[in-house]
Amino acid sequence: MLSEIERRELEDAVKHYPDKRGAAIDALLTIQRRRGWISDDTLFEIAQFLEITAEDLDSVATFYNLVFRKPVGRHVAFMCDSISCWIKGCEQVQEQIKKLYDVDLGQTTSDGRLTVLPIACLGQCERAPALLIDQDVYGNVTPEKIEQIVEKYK
Amino acid sequence: MATIIVDNKSYTVDEQQNVLAACLGHGLNVPYFCWHPAMGSVGACRQCAVKQFKDDRDQSGRLVMSCMTPATNGTRISIDDPEAKAFRASVIEWLMVNHPHDCPVCDEGGECHLQDMTVMTRHVYRRYRYQKRTHRNQALGPFIRHEMNRCIQCYRCVRYYRDYAGGRDLNVFGSHDAVYFGREQDGTLENEFSGNLVEVCPTGVFTDKTFFHHYTRKWDLQAAQSICPHCSLGCNTTAGERSGTLRRITNRFNSQVNGYFLCDRGRFGYEYVNSPHRIKRAVVRPDCDRTKPGQPEEVPQAIEIAADRLRRARGVVGLGSPRASLEANVALRSLVDPQHFYQGVDEQERQLLSTILKIFQTGPVPSASIHDAEQSDAVFVLGADLLNEAPRLALALLQSIRQEPMEQVDELKIPRWDEAAVRNAVQNRRGPLFLAGYQRTWFHEYATDTYFAAPDDIARLGFAVAGSIGQGTPSVPDLSPEVKDLTQRIAEALTHAQRPLIIAGTKSGSQATIEAAANVAWALHQQGKQPRLSFVLPECNSAGLALLGGGRLNDAFDAIRQGKADTVIVLENDLYRRAEAANVDAFLETAQTVVVIDSVEHRTTAHADVLLPSATGPESDGTFVNQEGRAQRFYQVFVPDGDVKESWRWLSELGRATSQEGGSESGVAAWRNFDDAVSATATAAPALARIGEVAPSASFRLVGQKVPRQSERYSGRTSLISHLTMHEPPPPVDHDSPLGFTMEGYRGPLPSPLISQFWAPGWNSIQAVNTYQDEVGGPLRDEMPGVRLIEPVATKASGWFTTIPRAFQPTAHQWLLLPLSAVFGSDELSNRSPAIAERIGKPFLSLHPSDGARLTLEDHSTVDLVLQGTTYRLVVHLDPSTPVGTAGLSLVPEVSGVSMPAWVDLLKAIQTEHKRRAA
Amino acid sequence: MERPLTQHIHPDGTTRTLREYVKTGGYRCLQRLSSGLAPKDLQRLVTDAGLRGRGGGGFLTGTKWSFVPMGADAPKPKYIVANGDEMEPGTFKDRVLMEGDPHGLVEGMILAGYAIDAEVGYIFLRGEYHLSAQRLTEAIAEAYAAGYLGTPLPGTGFRFDLHLHASAGRYICGEETALINALEGKRAVPRAKPPFPQTVGLWGKPTVVQNVETLYNIPHIVNQGSDWYHRLSRTQDGGTKIYGISGRVANPGWWELPLGTTAREVLEQHAGGMADGVCFRGLLPGGISTAFMTEEHLDLPLDFSSIPPEIGRLGTATMIVLDDHTCPVGFVLNLEKFFARESCGWCTPCREGLPWVAKLLMSFEEGRATSEDLSLLKMHTKWLAPGHTFCGLAPGAMAPLQSALKYFHDDFERHISTRGCPWSKKSSQQKVLV
Repeated sequence: MLSEIERRELEDAVKHYPDKRGAAIDALLTIQRRRGWISDDTLFEIAQFLEITAEDLDSVATFYNLVFRKPVGRHVAFMCDSISCWIKGCEQVQEQIKKLYDVDLGQTTSDGRLTVLPIACLGQCERAPALLIDQDVYGNVTPEKIEQIVEKYK
Repeated sequence: MATIIVDNKSYTVDEQQNVLAACLGHGLNVPYFCWHPAMGSVGACRQCAVKQFKDDRDQSGRLVMSCMTPATNGTRISIDDPEAKAFRASVIEWLMVNHPHDCPVCDEGGECHLQDMTVMTRHVYRRYRYQKRTHRNQALGPFIRHEMNRCIQCYRCVRYYRDYAGGRDLNVFGSHDAVYFGREQDGTLENEFSGNLVEVCPTGVFTDKTFFHHYTRKWDLQAAQSICPHCSLGCNTTAGERSGTLRRITNRFNSQVNGYFLCDRGRFGYEYVNSPHRIKRAVVRPDCDRTKPGQPEEVPQAIEIAADRLRRARGVVGLGSPRASLEANVALRSLVDPQHFYQGVDEQERQLLSTILKIFQTGPVPSASIHDAEQSDAVFVLGADLLNEAPRLALALLQSIRQEPMEQVDELKIPRWDEAAVRNAVQNRRGPLFLAGYQRTWFHEYATDTYFAAPDDIARLGFAVAGSIGQGTPSVPDLSPEVKDLTQRIAEALTHAQRPLIIAGTKSGSQATIEAAANVAWALHQQGKQPRLSFVLPECNSAGLALLGGGRLNDAFDAIRQGKADTVIVLENDLYRRAEAANVDAFLETAQTVVVIDSVEHRTTAHADVLLPSATGPESDGTFVNQEGRAQRFYQVFVPDGDVKESWRWLSELGRATSQEGGSESGVAAWRNFDDAVSATATAAPALARIGEVAPSASFRLVGQKVPRQSERYSGRTSLISHLTMHEPPPPVDHDSPLGFTMEGYRGPLPSPLISQFWAPGWNSIQAVNTYQDEVGGPLRDEMPGVRLIEPVATKASGWFTTIPRAFQPTAHQWLLLPLSAVFGSDELSNRSPAIAERIGKPFLSLHPSDGARLTLEDHSTVDLVLQGTTYRLVVHLDPSTPVGTAGLSLVPEVSGVSMPAWVDLLKAIQTEHKRRAA
Repeated sequence: MERPLTQHIHPDGTTRTLREYVKTGGYRCLQRLSSGLAPKDLQRLVTDAGLRGRGGGGFLTGTKWSFVPMGADAPKPKYIVANGDEMEPGTFKDRVLMEGDPHGLVEGMILAGYAIDAEVGYIFLRGEYHLSAQRLTEAIAEAYAAGYLGTPLPGTGFRFDLHLHASAGRYICGEETALINALEGKRAVPRAKPPFPQTVGLWGKPTVVQNVETLYNIPHIVNQGSDWYHRLSRTQDGGTKIYGISGRVANPGWWELPLGTTAREVLEQHAGGMADGVCFRGLLPGGISTAFMTEEHLDLPLDFSSIPPEIGRLGTATMIVLDDHTCPVGFVLNLEKFFARESCGWCTPCREGLPWVAKLLMSFEEGRATSEDLSLLKMHTKWLAPGHTFCGLAPGAMAPLQSALKYFHDDFERHISTRGCPWSKKSSQQKVLV
């Protein structure tokens, strides 16, 4: 069931488009902000609101990188693995994350705290390597700085 | 017309086409995947690349996709350009990167478009040496198998299923090289046209599951033209057999009727031919002792027993059938003499058919083919539930609603084949489609307006529309403001259209809706428009039987009851579907002798004193007349086993057996082969005079040869019966048609009915149809698409129908019981196919929620309902589209034989109600 | 040297408020629209200024606008869309502008909308650009409150509405027709052209999609004129450009400079040259869909017209530098993995070819490549060309690969002959492809 707030947020989103289908991506991201990920049930509820089928919505949801159709941890860390970050050593940062939290790309820590995902260029190339955790961007990330950055995210 | 230059040769082409279609039309082999003649171009697969040159001095040119290039005058391309060839071969190599190469175990092998295109591009060597992506398959129901690893991502399946057929539960998921085509979750594909996926998919991702259960390669099939017997539209099919089992039905292109597509009932309903309930031997009840069951009997004895009874009979009645061929009906009529021949349909149906024929024969408006329906730009449907009664027509209307918006597409100079651009330009706009009926289906989502009402009210709407359009047309008093508005909208849309179409049907039993439909069409005609009319009829040869004529069923019942006749011959008909059980029981029990000729066991065959096994459609030759009035030929595909024989042959033998000793044979007794049957049919009624033109006669030869039903690669001929004998018997001789049960014979251009399967060198898949057309998507060369038997001769309507029904009034204690057709469940023969049977829903009673409340019934509860003497257990569906005061009864096997429409006191008739069960 | 786009951007990373923006002349030209600046005048102004698209294509903006049907009979509503889906690796200029000066985009869009009579605008913003989203949302709200948006502009009937759409993350959304599909709530698969978005775009209506940086130029052109705009640059292409550098240089960053500045100037004068201990080998001039330029090209003016097509193209002008301690094969592998992953999956050569290229390059890095693999790579650079694929993603993917094969051929050969990566101590690629 969509909560009152969620319903209102969806109604706000829909106002920006001449037809409800246009709000599909907005709707998915809006609800995902609250629920963390889009389960099959959530997908169905959003589809109903938009008056499209679950297939229609999932066809869109599964196309995009930022829509999670599997559960994620309490926080999602996106590691940029594009060229500038790669040159400046994002792989070492990744290895450090693996060492510290025992988690590979695409996985969630066993305590459900952190999901680590790759992401394409975050547009922080002059401060590579870069990391996006939830909505916070970090530049000039080194293996040494990782622990201090991730600590803030419980 | 335009001229294009291909590899320095000039070709005349239609400049509205794209280069790929133009080249294919000229027999030039350009490979392709994502383009489809019925679905236009999207330019995704890149397989159709050719080199385009600016002019004759341009030496280098550039690669373009021929499917996305307009065939404008002066276009200069090369197919054989080395770079183009190399690129096309690379495209195959890319598609092979992830393809499992499982041809030996893939059902598509041997008729696979991917195989054909691979060979055509001459790509042979795979250099990719890494891992292939794999997918999990889904269980998609009894019709379709799913094998995603074979997918080449041409996107045809979702374009067909969603854009063409209106389906919603198949889609594409994911992206990059992990795209997946399937449902959100495993489950039966919901769309009634899902079966076409097996032909639309160029690889073995979607294959025919029923075929899989008795699989054989395409080249091993013996095949011939068949006409679908499961509704009145008469779609053309190709039936394929091997080793005495009918293996599958595929679409057979007919430019005027079904085009490239079938419905699922037609594609998967064929297993009645292989049913264990087939009657294979003659069965006789000795001494008319009806307490004992019949015993199998040798044919000569069975004939003799029957003939003896016929000779001694005090009057014979012959009951024809709307699902038997014209020739079979004519044979019976000849045997019993026309005055004793009765149309084996209930009186209401007979009346309605008669009205419909009169409308076509005396009115100025012609009937519409399915092709015409697709081209219509405004459609008004009165009372017929097309999705369930005549599905292929509903599919055509889904295309008709694209016509009106095309004006804007043309203005934007977007070519009509540029499918994605057309859809982006059109967005959600649709042409006018007005559906008036009494049950909502998903098809109604595509309507401009829907009107759910009882048949009389639907008729009143129709009369009102006619009144609004025409001059001097009767008008309708006391219309509500909403209906007045709707009338205006419909009238306006129809008058503005170039090709308006009016459709009604017989299922609701309403004479008034049929008359109203005629009035609308005639009013449009009077105003100088070019309307067409279409009536959905009950069965595959309802029109044929009506044209032939015959007595009323009740008169046949009377004749037996009054003792004027004592012998009955029933031709391919289950009378329990035609009249109330009590009446049929009395009829059959009173008759001294009951002779039944039919193919599958049913309640009437159980009453037979002499039961003769008739051949089904694929086992015999015959002619059906479809709802358009088009006579079409179906050919025997294989020789049936047992004593099975064509019905007309049984009747012919009976005729000979009962004719005077030494006297000359006349009538049906003189029929020796199918040509005789056809000639006799052509003289049986004036309307049938042109039956002989439908297909080549039995004596037709090409270069002195017959036409083989089997391919050149048909295998195992010499060993097929080696378990019985090592001798190879000569193939059976077919005296009835130009076809042979053989691999030998003429292999060249043929009149279309004689094509056994579509095949051409290098084109093993169904795409070979391209090679039979001069313009892809257009008529086959030498197409004989059947003969329209009725064309209007009048230049104007002689008068209007004036009986306007009163508005429907729900009453306190009576509900009008209306029949609800079910695409799976309402057709007698297809119900016998296990795959179809799996899809048949439980019988239900549909009520408006307010009626449900009045009757204190809950949605999904179960009731026992007594109707016409029988108790039926039904699920209750509360449906706001069921008109108040009516009740819908789903026509599934458990409830056939209920005569409708009928008034029922539901308060009394519902005897018990079970508590609501969990869903 | 004038830096109209960025001169007022706060060095500390905070954003400019509406008041600040207006103080330096922001929204001033909206008053002028009623007095002799009709849409066609604005179009002519932009054409004369020679403004070119800064998204990488370099197409003349005025020409793009001229294809939009105008007049009373034109379909409505028309749309102007800002392409803020900056996801080209190495590119960060739009982020700088949107975070630092969000009102510049709003004003640019109002003017662009006015020029083509489009009353509705969308900013299609990368979902990951959270800070930009926040600041643009605030700026839009301020603009509505101040009457620049949602209210007819003084003296004209023109009323502009602006919506912010944050995308769900795919590189292909940066392709204008794919972006349109994404805005419509569909899968971001590109559309075939013709018809062009100017005729059939968003929801079937005339639409112009313009890169964010391009739009930022418009208020300045309107305020100061086309002659002024030409004087800003060194070459025939008018205006300034944000140039950026990333990689192992001393000071990676961005600078607004005259169009026509050379790579050497940006590298040596602004970025402080190469970082300690590494030498220059090459650079990609503008995002990764461009060809390598080497030492010999460093003095070419970097603009849209001066780079010969056989050398390459400017792209986004945010450069990525290859140093001699970085394996060129590994470099290109990273690029191709990105492209393969970001393919939308519509057309065959891109969908099947790019992963194959990435796997081939992986074989090089793992020391399992053969000379046939080199031919396979070359085959792909030949086949994945404009017109052969459905859109420009795959041809863009081949630009760095083809030029790497040209300039660093020996490095590829050494991977084969030494059965491994000569740089492997310093880089280890992941074995798993996403």
